[in-house]
Amino acid sequence: MKKVHVDVAVIGGGPAGLAAALAARSEGAEKVLIIERNTELGGILQQCIHHGFGLHRFKEELTGPEYAQRFVNLVKDTDIDVLLETMVLEVTPERKIYAVNSENGMLEITAKAVVLAMGCRERTRGALRIPGGRPAGVYSAGTAQRYVNIDGYLPGKRAVILGSGDIGLIMARRFTLEGAKVEAVVEVLPYAAGLTRNVVQCLEDFDIPLYLQSTVIEIHGTKRVEGVTIAQVDADWNPIPGTERKIECDTLLLSVGLVPENELSSQAGVAIDSITNGPIVDDSMMTSVSGIFACGNVLHVHDLVDNVSKESERAGRYAGRFALGTNNSVPRRVKVQAGNNIRYVVPHEVSSTEPVEFFMRVQRPEDDVVLDVGGLRRIRKASVRPSEMLDVKITPEQLQNLEGDTLIMQIIPQKEA
Amino acid sequence: MDKAKKSTITAQVVIVGGGIIGTAVARELSRYELDVLLIEAEAEVGWGTTKANSGIVHGGFHEEPGTLKAKYCFSGNQMYPKLCEELDVCFEQNGIMMVARTPHEMETVRLYYKRGKERGVNVQLFSQEEVARQEPNLDPKIVGALFAPEGGAVMPFELAAALMENAIQNGVKYKMNTTVIDAWREGDKKYLETPEQIIRADYVVNAAGLFSDDLARMFGDDYFSIRPRKGEEYIFDLSVKDFVKSTIFPVPGKISKGILVIPTAAGNLMMGPTGDNVEEKEDLGTSQDGFNRVFEGAKRLVPSLDARKIIAQFAGVRAASDRGDFIVELSPNVPGLLHLAGIESPGLTAAPAIAADVPGLLEEAGLQLEEKQSFNPRRAGVVRFNSLSREEQDALVKKNPSFGRIICRCESITEGEIVDAIHRGARTLDGIKFRVRAGAGRCQGGFCQPLITQILSRELDIPVTAVTKAGPGSEQVRYVAKELYDEEVR
Repeated sequence: MKKVHVDVAVIGGGPAGLAAALAARSEGAEKVLIIERNTELGGILQQCIHHGFGLHRFKEELTGPEYAQRFVNLVKDTDIDVLLETMVLEVTPERKIYAVNSENGMLEITAKAVVLAMGCRERTRGALRIPGGRPAGVYSAGTAQRYVNIDGYLPGKRAVILGSGDIGLIMARRFTLEGAKVEAVVEVLPYAAGLTRNVVQCLEDFDIPLYLQSTVIEIHGTKRVEGVTIAQVDADWNPIPGTERKIECDTLLLSVGLVPENELSSQAGVAIDSITNGPIVDDSMMTSVSGIFACGNVLHVHDLVDNVSKESERAGRYAGRFALGTNNSVPRRVKVQAGNNIRYVVPHEVSSTEPVEFFMRVQRPEDDVVLDVGGLRRIRKASVRPSEMLDVKITPEQLQNLEGDTLIMQIIPQKEA
Repeated sequence: MDKAKKSTITAQVVIVGGGIIGTAVARELSRYELDVLLIEAEAEVGWGTTKANSGIVHGGFHEEPGTLKAKYCFSGNQMYPKLCEELDVCFEQNGIMMVARTPHEMETVRLYYKRGKERGVNVQLFSQEEVARQEPNLDPKIVGALFAPEGGAVMPFELAAALMENAIQNGVKYKMNTTVIDAWREGDKKYLETPEQIIRADYVVNAAGLFSDDLARMFGDDYFSIRPRKGEEYIFDLSVKDFVKSTIFPVPGKISKGILVIPTAAGNLMMGPTGDNVEEKEDLGTSQDGFNRVFEGAKRLVPSLDARKIIAQFAGVRAASDRGDFIVELSPNVPGLLHLAGIESPGLTAAPAIAADVPGLLEEAGLQLEEKQSFNPRRAGVVRFNSLSREEQDALVKKNPSFGRIICRCESITEGEIVDAIHRGARTLDGIKFRVRAGAGRCQGGFCQPLITQILSRELDIPVTAVTKAGPGSEQVRYVAKELYDEEVR
């Protein structure tokens, strides 16, 4: 078995892994290794051929592959090692990584610091327990996206899309552009789950109907999907009898949420937040296991890759310092808590040596509100949406004013604030 | 096609149906110098009732004394360890526990204990404390249990595929995607008509499962009927792998063994099945109501089950008969026609024992049996990458680099294993999933399906658009991109 020693090992070569590796290297870590299972770097961005990436970071609208390429080029200009088509099978709490590829066989990689950047997977039909038959023609939206954009095949020609997540909206447009007909997008919530701009550009511009507070209650067909029955739902998401309607189609796409892929993390003993399904981290993006860091969609699901890059640079920087032994370790001081109408906040804990950026999501849409950051900062927001991640910065100086050791993030109506 | 225009082929023995019974019979008959043909309606074997089976190798204490179910279940159970060893099939002998929730139920459990003892089954009675010690996640209110350590679990489709593979190795011929549309007898000969051909046979083994009564009727045997009974099952993520050790049964009701919690041979926990009489033999839909009943039943055994950990569900239809017992008998009307019908639970357990009786039954009907000297009971071993040590994995990849490419990330299944499955007979995405579990994990094929689609296309030398989920009509991707541009669809 080949044995390798590195300063920082980054698991995953998508946008999170790329940014983390670059940051670790600039921080001074000498041997940085990216381990990627795919045949190329860039992760899921390579199949996101639509534009709209990089508005914040590069002030221009790039396609997914273009956004990825900017980082890939930067990596190429460094001496960061890259292992492609290499699957990590195990990470130990002692930061030993077992990975396999066809060229080297099994690799035992010992790392001073590890960055988890494995991304996420899509929720499945099985997890939703959609009743009915189990014919061909049911795909998660991302799988269909791969078939169309990477492999060059169109799964079917009449589609219904369950869930108005961004990938579902993007695929509604993509199917239409390929000559297929999208009969409906069906969303259980009373509002679209994806970004507003995607609702406009992918559905409204193509006259694709969006049915809110509705769901698919049955899949028809034995060999191939022949149709689905949709129905309206009540406040508890139970189908309302009498509202059933059958739509003929040969394809059902599911865009019903993403789940961080933390099987390796759990194996390494990393504590997982049951809301985000990602590791619990402090403001250095370190998990509960010393020397193991996490960033990107493995930590929590983002809607903008720009935020992934930013968060991952932080993880990479601290992982680099950890490997170099230059981390000024400050005991964790402040616990971060989700208050009124906040679903989660990352990071979960902070010390106060550097400015911290918090990422969070609300539980439900609200207008004319104030985001209250533990009483330290108050930011007015015209509206907040679960689909749109909020971010806010706190300086060490501001944090010093915190009374007690819990920082509560909350949304307050403007009139109360 | 007109009957008259169809060509006729012949075989000494034709087995109709490639479920667990048909494949077990095929392998059993391959021990003899015979010309055997198995025909199966689906694209691969084990895809009817078999694939939706719970996978339990029963202890043998459940069945009413004097029934064929009792006879074959116990002897089948005893055959499993050797059979699975010969075929290199996973057999987890993790035991079966029937639990009592009340002292009254415990009385019933004692009756089953007595029944098992009389039959020679290895059974033990557990006190409340013993149950809690062995299965700490069971409802603490459970007052006691019966434990049968020789019960276990297999993957039914893996077993059916392995039986078929070994039968083929030993000379059995087969035709997949082949349905019988008519059947009749002329003198000693039996004729089976398929959409393409007519098959002339000296002997016919009716292992057609749900359709065994239809086949019998084609031959004029109208004395039994199949009463299809559906069962829904729900599978949990591997992260709840060791929640229970043995298959947990409640005290059974009148018709079924009840809702169980089953650690499958693949490692996933499963709960089910329901038992609902249905009209349609191919009604494989799952339902909200079915889920509710399964979950409620399973939680009575294991209260902390978490529905959010469910990754998949499916339904199967049992081929129960109106006789209430297995039908293992020569037709009283058609010489040389053997019915193996009504094989509901514990049919999987019973299958090897039923199959072992088939040569004798056919001999009774006049078949000459001559043992085949070259018969090899062993199937070529299967590589299971994720069950090897790191050193063994390393050595394997150095020998064959395709084992270094992980295709299914959830279950760590390599390209080498998938290619091997195709060489062993897998033809479809489901076939690969059932054999090597690629796509059976938590992402349910989201990541690996496109890759496996490509591998199937390459290995079978067919276009990607011809790759199916489960046989003709279930193509995974229907069009090449841009193909629809010129087509009127709006």
